[in-house]
Amino acid sequence: MSELIKKTAAELAGALAAGETTSVELTRAHLDRIAAVDGTAESGVHAFLHVDAEGALAQAAASDARRAAGQSRHLLDGVPIAVKDVLATQGLPTTCGSKILEGWVPPYDATVVRRIKEAGLPILGKTNMDEFAMGSSTEHSAYGPTRNPWDQTRIPGGSGGGSAAAVAAFEAPLALGTDTGGSIRQPGAVTGTVGVKPTYGGVSRYGLVALANSLDQVGPVTRTVLDSALLHELIAGHDPLDSTSVDAPVGSYVAAAREGAKGDLAGLRVGVIKELAGDGWQPGVMERFAETVDLLKELGAEVTEVSCPTFVHAMATYYLILPAECSSNLAKFDAMRYGLRVVPEGDPSAEAVMKATRDAGFGDEVKRRIMIGTYALSSGYYDAYYGQAQKVRTLISRDFAAAFEGVDVLVSPTSPTTAFPLGEKLDDPLAMYLQDLATIPANLAGVPGISVPAGLAAEDGLPVGFQVLAPALADDRLYRVGAAVEAALTQRWGGPILGEAPTLEGPR
Amino acid sequence: MSQLTRDEVAHLADLARIDLDDAELDHLAPQLNVILESVASISGVAGDDVPPTSHPIPLTNVFRDDVVVPGLTAEQALSGAPEAEEQRFRVPRILGDEQ
Repeated sequence: MSELIKKTAAELAGALAAGETTSVELTRAHLDRIAAVDGTAESGVHAFLHVDAEGALAQAAASDARRAAGQSRHLLDGVPIAVKDVLATQGLPTTCGSKILEGWVPPYDATVVRRIKEAGLPILGKTNMDEFAMGSSTEHSAYGPTRNPWDQTRIPGGSGGGSAAAVAAFEAPLALGTDTGGSIRQPGAVTGTVGVKPTYGGVSRYGLVALANSLDQVGPVTRTVLDSALLHELIAGHDPLDSTSVDAPVGSYVAAAREGAKGDLAGLRVGVIKELAGDGWQPGVMERFAETVDLLKELGAEVTEVSCPTFVHAMATYYLILPAECSSNLAKFDAMRYGLRVVPEGDPSAEAVMKATRDAGFGDEVKRRIMIGTYALSSGYYDAYYGQAQKVRTLISRDFAAAFEGVDVLVSPTSPTTAFPLGEKLDDPLAMYLQDLATIPANLAGVPGISVPAGLAAEDGLPVGFQVLAPALADDRLYRVGAAVEAALTQRWGGPILGEAPTLEGPR
Repeated sequence: MSQLTRDEVAHLADLARIDLDDAELDHLAPQLNVILESVASISGVAGDDVPPTSHPIPLTNVFRDDVVVPGLTAEQALSGAPEAEEQRFRVPRILGDEQ
């Protein structure tokens, strides 16, 4: 195993700039690692649905040629990356973890994909996910689950379990994820990695196959806070192709991460969200969380408890708004223009073809959510369900606004538990939904959030995530606080948390 | 909130254009009821005076200059089609069942 794969993206960028390695060498090192540990649907990490060795090496060679000619395009030019399979990639399959899109090759790039290509980052492949990003375990992928590198009998979180596991298993230094209710942050928490959900509108959604348009955001998945900041600055910014894209300058996330790593949080006001604790919260998670809050105090922050009373209704609100939006979004999978077409016997009508295709092409969780959404939007129930949920959404935003009048950031554990065993919650949708209790409010209100590793839970030795939330467009605060926590904890542990993870020997 | 009957779930599946067989209905119908029971808890949480939120960040209409920009070629647009003919999507018959 090459030592190159253990380095952070920032270190790899430095090594490339210093001429100590080449993009081809480090891209090959990551492809070798993928070949050694990723395995198949049946065994191994299975973070990737598609690996593009040839394409990645060609992009790497082009990057090396640019560098030799003194024409590097970006600090990360030549540093390879993995892309969640919900983002359209021209020339590479994009399945969203669904049978209905098996083999689909988009004729265009998502804006974030175009940006990483233009900056010269070789794309290693597409990462596994819950079907259409619906789930918290990556078990709802139609192509088999991803396994947690810390314990391959456990879930890697979801929906972006593939991206998180890829960086945790050193198969990629960087990955792109998407977060609709926690799909970047919760996998980050349970795999001991860093994940950021930017402010809604901060990163273009063009070419992101929509789950819920008013909630979805693309964001970075990495092993360090600085690496997330580097990737966030690259993908952020106004995009005329996304009408919800915010037309404002991109913040200084890298500078904020560097500042935070110095460890001085004097004057920072931190609010601990009272409602995100109690029954159902694993003791080992709460223990690491309390310790990290104490750490913030040691670094100079003023910590108070803050109440966000409507947050207890966030899950119900989310599971009405999301199904409503997704039932409408997924109507486009009609077997006519792209994707699967199943033709029943005889001379079936277009409608019969549509129904047969959607039955064969969608998994259980997708069917459940489409039907809940169809119900919530139907006349007679609209006001009681969807209309009410939209109003509660207003109350949740007001809770955030009130809280941010008194504090600069809010904190909570990212997820109520550590990684649970594969299969445990597969047929218990509500138990699965509870995984997102702490992450959902940020999506409903559009505010940014980060998850950073807070250590290992005493009872099972598995990673715990610490979540920081900031007001809309104040994403830089996530990086300042996240980097301060990371620097202090890494010093306390004597090294990065992933040093504690088992060494992967490859598929068993 | 009242429980959804199996027939009502079958009707929902029909509206959502998903052809569920008996075994799937047996499997999914009780799960939908558990979910609906849980989300019904928001009933009455917000009063009539609370405005609804459709998007978290305030939006205004976005316009662009009326100029031609490159789009997909017909070949690209049809590249993922299950069937295509004469630069068009070829679809099953669209009339018949209810006429």
